[in-house]
Amino acid sequence: MKRTSHLPADGLLTLTPEGLHCPAAGAWIDPWRPVPRALITHAHADHARAGCGTYWAVGSAEGILRRRLGSGIDLRPVRYGEERRIGEARVSFHSAGHVLGSAQIRLEAGGERWLVSGDFKRDADPSCTPFEPVEADVLISEATFGLPIYRWAPGAAVAEQIRHWWKGASERPSLLFCYAFGKAQRVLAELHALGETDEVLLHGTVQALMEPYRQAGVAMVPTRPVSELPRADTLAGRLVIAPPSAHRSAWMRRFRHPQTGFASGWMAVRGARRRRGYERGFVLSDHADWDGLVCTARESRARQIYLTHGQSDVLARYLREVEGLAAEPLAGGFEAERSPEGDHPEAGLSVEPA
Amino acid sequence: MKDFCRLFEELDGTVGTAARVETLVRYFEAAAAADAAWALHALLGKQRRRLITGRRLREICLEQAGLPAWLFDECHAQVGDSAETIALLWRSGPASIGDREGGGDARPLHVWMEEILPRLAALEGASQAEAVGELWDGLAPQELLVANKLLTGGFRVGVAQGLVLRALARVSGLEESLLAHRLMGGFFPSAEAFRALMAEGGDAEPALSRPYPFFLASPLEPAVLADTAPGDWLLEWKWDGIRGQLIRRGSESFLWSRGEELINPMFPELVALAAALPDGTVLDGEVIVWPETAERPAPFAALQRRLGRKAPGGRILRESPAAFVAYDLLEESGEDCRSRPLAERRGRLERLEARSAHPRLRLSRRLELPTWDDLEKLREQAREAGAEGLMLKHLASPYLAGRRRGHWWKHKLAPMELDAVLVYAQAGSGRRANLFTDYTFALRDEAGGLVTFAKAYSGLDAHEINELDRWIRRHTTERFGPVRAVEPLLVFTLAFEGLQRSSRHRSGLAVRFPRILRWRRDRTPDSADSLSSALALLGEPRPGAIQDSLEAKAPSAENFGTIPTVGLIEGDENGSAKAPVPGDDPLPCQAAQRQ
Repeated sequence: MKRTSHLPADGLLTLTPEGLHCPAAGAWIDPWRPVPRALITHAHADHARAGCGTYWAVGSAEGILRRRLGSGIDLRPVRYGEERRIGEARVSFHSAGHVLGSAQIRLEAGGERWLVSGDFKRDADPSCTPFEPVEADVLISEATFGLPIYRWAPGAAVAEQIRHWWKGASERPSLLFCYAFGKAQRVLAELHALGETDEVLLHGTVQALMEPYRQAGVAMVPTRPVSELPRADTLAGRLVIAPPSAHRSAWMRRFRHPQTGFASGWMAVRGARRRRGYERGFVLSDHADWDGLVCTARESRARQIYLTHGQSDVLARYLREVEGLAAEPLAGGFEAERSPEGDHPEAGLSVEPA
Repeated sequence: MKDFCRLFEELDGTVGTAARVETLVRYFEAAAAADAAWALHALLGKQRRRLITGRRLREICLEQAGLPAWLFDECHAQVGDSAETIALLWRSGPASIGDREGGGDARPLHVWMEEILPRLAALEGASQAEAVGELWDGLAPQELLVANKLLTGGFRVGVAQGLVLRALARVSGLEESLLAHRLMGGFFPSAEAFRALMAEGGDAEPALSRPYPFFLASPLEPAVLADTAPGDWLLEWKWDGIRGQLIRRGSESFLWSRGEELINPMFPELVALAAALPDGTVLDGEVIVWPETAERPAPFAALQRRLGRKAPGGRILRESPAAFVAYDLLEESGEDCRSRPLAERRGRLERLEARSAHPRLRLSRRLELPTWDDLEKLREQAREAGAEGLMLKHLASPYLAGRRRGHWWKHKLAPMELDAVLVYAQAGSGRRANLFTDYTFALRDEAGGLVTFAKAYSGLDAHEINELDRWIRRHTTERFGPVRAVEPLLVFTLAFEGLQRSSRHRSGLAVRFPRILRWRRDRTPDSADSLSSALALLGEPRPGAIQDSLEAKAPSAENFGTIPTVGLIEGDENGSAKAPVPGDDPLPCQAAQRQ
């Protein structure tokens, strides 16, 4: 029987049909339905949803949040580490290292500190601020890649692989598929960090998210929408970045004999790549790998840990039995499992986590 | 080893036939004969020798990596392949970076296959564990994966034999059909064997045992018959046994299955039959259980008892006697007559059969087909005759190799159908790793419960598989290791070729080739079929002593009420015996050689 736990009824956070609720702050964290006050860990669609009264988020997420939820939303930008009083609670946002403007949210009231990790990673990423270890009494952490088969190589090394693959195909275009928000910009920033100066072409969905990154001062290789190039151009030797939803779509007809690759943590497993029909898989994730998840749980010094998403039951058992930590998978409306196929409504818009 | 790993990686990552053949050609042109021989052996899926079991490798990995066993199993469930699971878990640091830039293992493939890996297999206990650990330490993840697959005999690349032959034909300048023939009956990987395979000119001395490549029929497209006369065709029953080739040469006898297994030990009565044939005779036909006095053969279940049983005892030989139903004559008096038209081969076969008059040899009956309108009538009679359909062979057709359309057609019975409820799911392997694609279905029983009935793996399209995978994840009620019980809410129409009583299955029934026909979104579980509707499909008891003895052991219908509802693992075997499991090795003489 799958073991799951519920949050204690008198805790700082409880689970309501709207999502994780903090009665002391009168706020919900990454609510699933419209609520008066939403604290947003980051702008991916399964965390930031439209229709809430006020939104609290890190300032660097503002551009993307407004683009996605509407320019007129009532948004209260905060800085990393800055402590704000919301209702009866003290609330602070701490860098999660996931994507631009992503945060872990810590809430404090009644002498208790709870930390919601949101999505996070501990690997270096030139497109966003690094993860900050935060202590708390209770930790609610994601567990998307909570199996020891998922261990990431440094992003720079994967970018080198991508560059090698791209430069090795001078006679045909190279189509790299990855999530349009976060992963695409990370690849562009990693390529820049390698000293790459050649222009990379972008699918429209990726293009739409470039401006907030450029404005935030993230250094990336030069880019251009692929749609600006004449159709007669064979694009041989060019790298094109597109969301997974474009794979095998009509959009792909524009390219003659392209080589295809997919950059995602799921690519660690051969069957996952073969099933999708990509020729090449690059193991690059914006989530914590196994070591990152275990290390974060340990470093939080939390007396109780709840795990959501993905392999929450496996990671919880490992933390209990091997690490001696009080950890439980959290029951509730979190995606039963984050499926490699993308398991939420906006998967088609390629904002699913990876 | 690194060249072979690169070949594996390139084939794995290449879409498109032409590019894959190109990759193979490049490899075979560059490889030394001794390495090419082993690569070919592996590509053809013949590297089945298990030097070390996957279980033992898992044990070594757990022991040395210090992981709990349950965690390994969770990983395995996600990866769907133990060789790959170990490759992912073993590396101490993050090393998913390939070895393209890093050199890789320089020792040639034949040294791996002939020395390094067998030496590991010969060790025992702690010294074996240590040696395996050292080997793993020295390998890049991709090499580790390939080495493990070679060790466990589970190496498989999704390359059809046809592509490999096409590449070899390009490299050698020989005909594909000649290469196919030379490969029949076993290819022992050595430099000499590879050179002999690729050598120009005739065979110096072909092995007496070597079978011809089987010619396979395609499913009938009725439109192709319209312009031909019924009299142009040889019409026969399509028997439900296993295809075989019976060879008598140089006073020796050989019985081959279509999976190229030599099955002499399983069928001594057919080896004895071959000995009664004139020297230099090769017959194509069906191996099937068919008592001499019976009008029709025993159902497949009877043959199944014989398969895999070497040196069968007197009792089973009496209860389930095999016969060879001859379809075709491939060699007579040492002359290869495959290029002669079927009409001529058939005539010669009939005369041969009349001369031999051996009780185990049955000539495949020629059915009368006055007009095309009679075709469907005959097909409907197939079940009555104990056959699984019809075969149509053009009388002018030569005996070709492999599946070539246009000459031979199979026209199978319409399958039986039942609506069943999805109750368990398990992730597949390989391409279907971490995707719930192995389904167990149940029928309603009299008490209103559900009783597991069949497993099915195929029939849904990629879209439906993904949708169902998400549904299963959200509707899991219990987990038993890799198996999940789901809420019994979804109904699917299953199609299958046959139904037999079976005391080994909880439902009391064994199904043949179950597969999903369609997802019945319009149905609810209470409208699914019941066990009694399945029993109704059993139809009339069939004549024949074998059938009776089988039925005597099966539970009677009255017992069904006492069978507990939904058992888990016990119910899982239904369907698994014959259904081709993706990514699994077909059992010898089972899934592999069916036409």
